[in-house]
Amino acid sequence: MDHLDQLEAQSIYIFREAFARLKKIALLWSLGKDSNVMIWLARKAFFGRMPFPALHVDTGKKFPEMYRFRDHYGKEWDLDLRVEPCPPIDAVDPTLPPAARSAARKTEGLKMALAKYGFDGLIAGIRRDEEATRAKERVFSPRGLEGNWDVRDQPPEFWDHFNASPPQGAHLRIHPILHWTEADIWAYTKRENIPIIPLYLAKNGKRYRSLGDQDITNPVASNAASIEEILIELEQTKVPERSGRALDHETEDAFERLRVAGYL
Amino acid sequence: MNMIVTSASPSTANGATSMPNGTTRPQVRIVIVGHVDHGKSTLVGRLLHETGSLPEGKLEMLKAVSARRGMPFEWSFLLDALQTERDQGITIDTTQIRFRTNSRDIVLIDAPGHAEFLRNMITGASQADGAVLIIDALEGVRDQTRRHGYLLHLLGVKQVAVVVNKMDRVDFSAARFQEISDEISAHLNGLGVTPTAVIPISARDGDGVAMRTDRISWYKGPTVVEALDRLEPARPLEALALRLPVQAIYKFDDRRIVAGRIESGSLIAGDEIVIMPAGKIAKIKTVESWPVTPVAGRQGAGRSVGITLDRELFIERGDIIAHAGSAPRETRRLRARIFWLHNKPLAKGDQLLVRCGPKESRATVVAIEKAVDPGELSSSENKAIGRNHVGEIDISLSNPIATDPYTENPRTGRLVIEVSGRIAGGGLVLSVDAGQRAVPVDIVPVESALRPDERSARYRHNGAVVWLTGLPASGKSTLARALERRLFSNGGSPILLDGDTLRAGLNRDLGFSATDRSENIRRLAEVATHLARNGHIAIVAAVSPAREDRAAARRIADTAFREIHVATPAEVCEERDPKGHYKKARAGALASFTGIGNDYEAPQAAELVIDTSKRTVAEAADEIEQMLKASGVLFDEVVDLAANI
Repeated sequence: MDHLDQLEAQSIYIFREAFARLKKIALLWSLGKDSNVMIWLARKAFFGRMPFPALHVDTGKKFPEMYRFRDHYGKEWDLDLRVEPCPPIDAVDPTLPPAARSAARKTEGLKMALAKYGFDGLIAGIRRDEEATRAKERVFSPRGLEGNWDVRDQPPEFWDHFNASPPQGAHLRIHPILHWTEADIWAYTKRENIPIIPLYLAKNGKRYRSLGDQDITNPVASNAASIEEILIELEQTKVPERSGRALDHETEDAFERLRVAGYL
Repeated sequence: MNMIVTSASPSTANGATSMPNGTTRPQVRIVIVGHVDHGKSTLVGRLLHETGSLPEGKLEMLKAVSARRGMPFEWSFLLDALQTERDQGITIDTTQIRFRTNSRDIVLIDAPGHAEFLRNMITGASQADGAVLIIDALEGVRDQTRRHGYLLHLLGVKQVAVVVNKMDRVDFSAARFQEISDEISAHLNGLGVTPTAVIPISARDGDGVAMRTDRISWYKGPTVVEALDRLEPARPLEALALRLPVQAIYKFDDRRIVAGRIESGSLIAGDEIVIMPAGKIAKIKTVESWPVTPVAGRQGAGRSVGITLDRELFIERGDIIAHAGSAPRETRRLRARIFWLHNKPLAKGDQLLVRCGPKESRATVVAIEKAVDPGELSSSENKAIGRNHVGEIDISLSNPIATDPYTENPRTGRLVIEVSGRIAGGGLVLSVDAGQRAVPVDIVPVESALRPDERSARYRHNGAVVWLTGLPASGKSTLARALERRLFSNGGSPILLDGDTLRAGLNRDLGFSATDRSENIRRLAEVATHLARNGHIAIVAAVSPAREDRAAARRIADTAFREIHVATPAEVCEERDPKGHYKKARAGALASFTGIGNDYEAPQAAELVIDTSKRTVAEAADEIEQMLKASGVLFDEVVDLAANI
């Protein structure tokens, strides 16, 4: 078994635990490279078809390429796709800096979708290596009744035994690729030939390393026009993956405040 | 953390073979543990710097933050990325950071030293291949040092390097170093852990981290970076016997796929396997996969697989698939060495939920053999295992499980304990009391042709044992009959098992002594459980006065058991007396009649209590129906059905 095989086997184990131990789950499909890998892993775990919905909480501000990707692969992969809108910006905490406020819309949209369907588990494609607060996450991460995350009171989690009993009315976040890195995602995408949105590949000296809303995501300088070149670039860069995400850099703790409130 | 790392060594500069976490460089996961404030975060910050692993501008940014806060720069700020941490000055949780030494990719899991966060230390350390135990040269070995050492042993982390930090504070004294080295080595050796190195360092100044400086010229061993370079990644346990714990059985199409991860050993289509704890034999027909299926070739430990079998057997989540001849032991009793994280101490008689892999069973602590605080020097023995303490316990399980002692299989020989749905402890299986109720090998139970989900789809309920207990004439049989009619009218499949009726046939050989009564209850429970396993709702109406006998019935039926106490007052029962038993007993013609002669031991935790003197039969049947719905026996809506398949 090589490194990617090990990552894959661990993620499949997590998917199957989530499906066995929770009643009603959905996968959060952001259309990005990580959640596409997740869908691929879910299809491996369940032998071809993902047996729960793919939930796209839509800010309405994604790139056109992303919407085309969603509509095409939603059908091709036979997904039970649920697209849920976000509330208008006025409904969101006005004390947050502008980009964080915009991202917090998505948290509100997520809460509305949760209330609508009553999911007790949401599968999210966050990774420990992408951001400091995400490094503190559990694989099965309990959320409070308001969808909030209490970093101080996380239950112990060891030997692949997960706490899977959310209190009545609350839900769990499940993180099947928490242990992957950005380079792992690309190496696996290449090995498995998983389709990607072309915005990740360099055009005119720029490419997107991470895809969010159009108005708060910026491309990075890059000449990597293929996955092979991305992998070589990652080998050499010291620039963080989310550097193109405006919301991470507004204040020291903006991202953490978002996460405590239930952001991914 | 958002630290994308460049190579610190020229050997990794050649593109294709040196992809991050690629196949050519072993990846090891390490954890840094030790007493609070002994310098873990400082060491991590220093290691990142020495290996050239810091992202561009990070150091400058942190120096600027320190200046803004009016504090001198500390290496540990690198890790204190969360504002909450900076405020408290302690590391809360495990943070994973990656860097490289000459020949290893290191994933560094930082674990908090503060006793308050032992659960986080365990969460971090349980994922590690090796550990660095850090000790302050000035303070020496402290309680958390000892506790973390003990936990490393319990978590199965065998490669431990010790660093004695803050040597600058003791003037780089070789004598002080030797003193601490001797003390910690003795402690670790006592636990069966041999330190791979004991290294004098100053994390703040850099001595001993990547370089042997003049100030520690008396030290001849490896630096921290060199010690990390020698760590071996955990190897999958392919050489051991096959253990495939079943996570689920999927039937998304015409295949019936048994899914799970191979914890040890290997398998290939055609293998003859045994499914434990039931001991059923089958052959692997195919190994299924996606997008290409079936797959040929041997599948080894660590793989998540799906297999189909050559015959339809009833298999459930938690069963273990092994090769015939090297199967794990089936047991209802085991001894374990555990650590305890719950606020309430673990005591004899406590009811728990035990998980061994995907298998879960309710359990009772039958003995506490040892209970100590691993932080204390003199281990004073306690009766209960307190929070953050360790101990050895004997557990009796309500379901038989298949497991191995951890010395034979480190993957399957461990368990976790849950209290109120939250993990409260964990540990190693020391020994297994095999065959408390061993099934003779020549008994081969014949499987039903139908699966439970086929039946529940038709009946709209799961199988259950509804056990009505209460005084004679309390109304058990009347209620049982009303419930039977109700369930049947709704399309269900209830079956009435009346104590008296069975005494006329199956239990004709039994009298009313305590032993015979126990056997009577056991047979009732076995028959009822057989019916429940086949999807029926067995309604048992039996006085069943002994609490212990009913507990035995619950153990047999396990999660299918629903106890209803028909708690009609004794006077009302005697007044009713439809069979004339009370009258005869009063006249002395009916010895050991419960209600007058024997004591009836009322249930303490029945699923439902009904006083029939205060309710109509229909009202009582409503209540039972509600309870069966709420506890997942009767299906409310169509969606629930899907969750049970």
